[in-house]
Amino acid sequence: MPPIPNAETHVGSPRSRVDGRAKVTGGARYSAEFTAPDLAHGYVVNSTVAKGRITGIDTAAALAAPGVLAVFTHENRPRTAWFSYKYQDEVAPPGTPFRPLYDDKVVYSGQPVALVVAESFDAARHGASLVRVSYQAEAHETDLTSRMGEAYEPPKKRSGISPPPKPRGDAPGAYADSPVKVSGGYWAAYEHHNPMEPHATTVVWEGGGKLLVHDKNQGVLNAQSYVSSVFGLGKDDVRVVTPFVGGGFGSGLRPQYQLFLAVMAALELRRSVRVVLTRDQMFTHVYRPNTFQTVKLGANPDGTLRSIQHHSVTGTSQFEDYQEVVVNWTGTLYHCDNVELTQKLAKLDTYTPGDMRAPGAPTGLFAAESAMDELAYATGVDPIELRLKNYTEHDENEGKQFSSKELRACYEVGAERFGWSERNPEPRSMREGRELIGWGMASGAWEAQMMKTSARAVLTADGKLEVACATADIGTGTYTILTQIGADAFGLRMEDVTTRLGDTTLPYSPVEGGSWTAASAGTAVQLACEAVREKLFKHAQKASGSPLAGAKLDAVSFAGGRIEVTADPDRFVTIADAMRAGGVDRLEAEETANPSKIDQLRYTGYTHSAIFVEVRVDEELGVVRVTRVVDAVAAGKILNPKTARSQVVGGIVWGIGMALEEETLPDHNLGRFMNHNLAEYHVPVAADVQGIEVIFVDEHDTKVSPIGVKGLGEIGIVGTAAAIANAIYHATGKRIRDMPITIDKVLG
Amino acid sequence: MPDNPARAATGGPAPARLGPATSPQTVAIELTINGRPRRLAVAPWTTLLDLLREELDLTGTKKGCDHGQCGSCTVLLDGQRINACLVLAVMKDGSAVTTVEGLSGPDGALHPMQEAFIEHDAFQCGYCTPGQICSAVALVEEGRARAPDEIRELMSGNICRCGAYPNIVAAIQQVLASNGGAGR
Repeated sequence: MPPIPNAETHVGSPRSRVDGRAKVTGGARYSAEFTAPDLAHGYVVNSTVAKGRITGIDTAAALAAPGVLAVFTHENRPRTAWFSYKYQDEVAPPGTPFRPLYDDKVVYSGQPVALVVAESFDAARHGASLVRVSYQAEAHETDLTSRMGEAYEPPKKRSGISPPPKPRGDAPGAYADSPVKVSGGYWAAYEHHNPMEPHATTVVWEGGGKLLVHDKNQGVLNAQSYVSSVFGLGKDDVRVVTPFVGGGFGSGLRPQYQLFLAVMAALELRRSVRVVLTRDQMFTHVYRPNTFQTVKLGANPDGTLRSIQHHSVTGTSQFEDYQEVVVNWTGTLYHCDNVELTQKLAKLDTYTPGDMRAPGAPTGLFAAESAMDELAYATGVDPIELRLKNYTEHDENEGKQFSSKELRACYEVGAERFGWSERNPEPRSMREGRELIGWGMASGAWEAQMMKTSARAVLTADGKLEVACATADIGTGTYTILTQIGADAFGLRMEDVTTRLGDTTLPYSPVEGGSWTAASAGTAVQLACEAVREKLFKHAQKASGSPLAGAKLDAVSFAGGRIEVTADPDRFVTIADAMRAGGVDRLEAEETANPSKIDQLRYTGYTHSAIFVEVRVDEELGVVRVTRVVDAVAAGKILNPKTARSQVVGGIVWGIGMALEEETLPDHNLGRFMNHNLAEYHVPVAADVQGIEVIFVDEHDTKVSPIGVKGLGEIGIVGTAAAIANAIYHATGKRIRDMPITIDKVLG
Repeated sequence: MPDNPARAATGGPAPARLGPATSPQTVAIELTINGRPRRLAVAPWTTLLDLLREELDLTGTKKGCDHGQCGSCTVLLDGQRINACLVLAVMKDGSAVTTVEGLSGPDGALHPMQEAFIEHDAFQCGYCTPGQICSAVALVEEGRARAPDEIRELMSGNICRCGAYPNIVAAIQQVLASNGGAGR
């Protein structure tokens, strides 16, 4: 840029969500809530074996049931793309994507094998209950432990995911020579995203081959490309509109199978179709993979690291090599000359795992930061001092500078607020009644990324602004921050600005994820607004006797519906007069924000955090409660402290779930998940969450993104599970390396 | 994984229902919904939740699990908070139902609980929010919750996957305080 100076009235200030009223009144419509005349309803039938062939599907009873219109199976599936690459979406890992109803092969338990479409939801559900599927089952394997010996380094790397760096120095040798050693093996359980809104697609048949698709996703353009590619439709014939997303957490990054099924049925029946997954069907697609890690740290007696070895094996499907960054964090966070990091995969007869909130980071840091805590005990060095002793000012994995790194301040401010100096490091040293009290801490890091994104700004003579971008607001507050940026660009009230998102007719955005949306869409909106400001200013100068004649753009301010000379606000032109002078009644600009290639070559960007946790552990019952959390976060510029805090609090709640509750339990005999519902898959509820304090540490960064924003969607979760595990050790003297840390493990 | 829906088959004769208006198997009931009396013909197996969402287009009430496990479908039935997915509509003939759409005034003025949710940023994606708000309104009426611990316990039937719990508790505390701690 640089940005044109204008007073920041809204940016940086706490503002309530602009979509708040719609959400508290029930006015916000989600994908299953759009309707159409003559809407038909689809209900999915899922496989009951993990591997094998479908030997027969008896649909006669279903077809005879009242209201049933059609039953789609692999036997009568309408023609779709032949090549598997046609099913590849924007964020697909290497491999051949799953193709619903493609053939008689079953590749995972719960795979959709039929879709019953009927006049009503009830009739479709009833019809689905009448479909009889027979299988020739084959031997399957869903247990990661039995595939560890066949783990492999993925031959093809997933785009956008940094593979582990080449080894530095001689990590095994330095470990052998280290006077202090810690090592351990760590497990992280399967987790399912479970957004509150189940995946759903409503396809509105508009006639003339045109489809209006309301689909739960985190990227309407990705969904549109997928539909267009799979069904051979022109992009102009497929419009995807998803204004509200009832939680994503990564589950909406890739198109899920209900999108395929709903579009297929709509095209074949030539009418509108809705397909909604049930909660148990939400356990038949994407999930966080099961991961095993080993960490070995070698150090001097003063805690200085001499060797880091961090290895992981993650489960993936038979058909795709899903990859996330698990081990790199250890090499990024600490200075060490001898580092060996590897990530391997093992193939299982499951669906492909996928990105789930901060994919890889909380898993990897659970292991790394637990090991650092062990090292603190082994050396007698305070955990914060240990981290400061091994602090690094540049990214040794990448050999680049950090665009900014205020982690030191996070440790300091967080420790101060938490009262860390009062801690007696001795395990089991704090007790109240039958409860043992423990204090633990951990560091967090997440990549601060910016992606190419476009936005449009339209200013009308009545002083109203509309900003638009195809990106999604999945609860992150995107509507609100873009409104703030737009309002400040013209000195408007937020009520005068409308933000439109989640529509394929709007300017380009990649999927919403990775914490990159605020930096990317925010910059694009800022650029579009600046382009409109320049146009408006030129018109204002053209007005006869313009008080702005001869003024420079950087010497004026936009405020209260007018452009005024900053040094002499009595000299001004109103927006309406400027437009009149230009003979227009609206001004529009579309701009594209790109990350700086030069800065990317020289710098890496990370958000950092230091998280402090107090747990209380009932010694007899083994119940762990997280009673206090302080999280100090350095995330560059904070656009809206109110929604920003909510993002981080939400991430911390996810960390509590990961550490203590969340686990999808496979039955390896059947090759399926057993606890496919919200009564048995435990997520945190209100009673599990007590005091959480979030502190944003000042961090100025002009390299990470032009607006100085780093992103907040992931950082709340990353260090939380490790800090809880460390607090449990402090409380009980038990080092538990197997998440979630459930009662049986605490008592065991 | 979901069980094979075949297991859910009742084994009884297939119902000959095409829709509530045309089916001979519907039952006539009267419900007062958000203050408005409605005469309805519903199939005996239709839940209150599906009636609201599918038949009456009152989609503010959400379906999150359909099993009474998440609280997204919480509505007020004769003033009590209930999971609409666990209630068959035919069993509630003569009852009054308030959904999130019925909480704000006819002039569009928000209910104090709705205001408090916005002020405290007590939601993110918004999907559990109508259920949280209905549950919170009833909680205040029940007059049992005072301290934050009690609010947390008594709001634990409503899952918020975005993790807005601290803000939800703060919003409820504000409404409780403005009510002098008692029901409205």
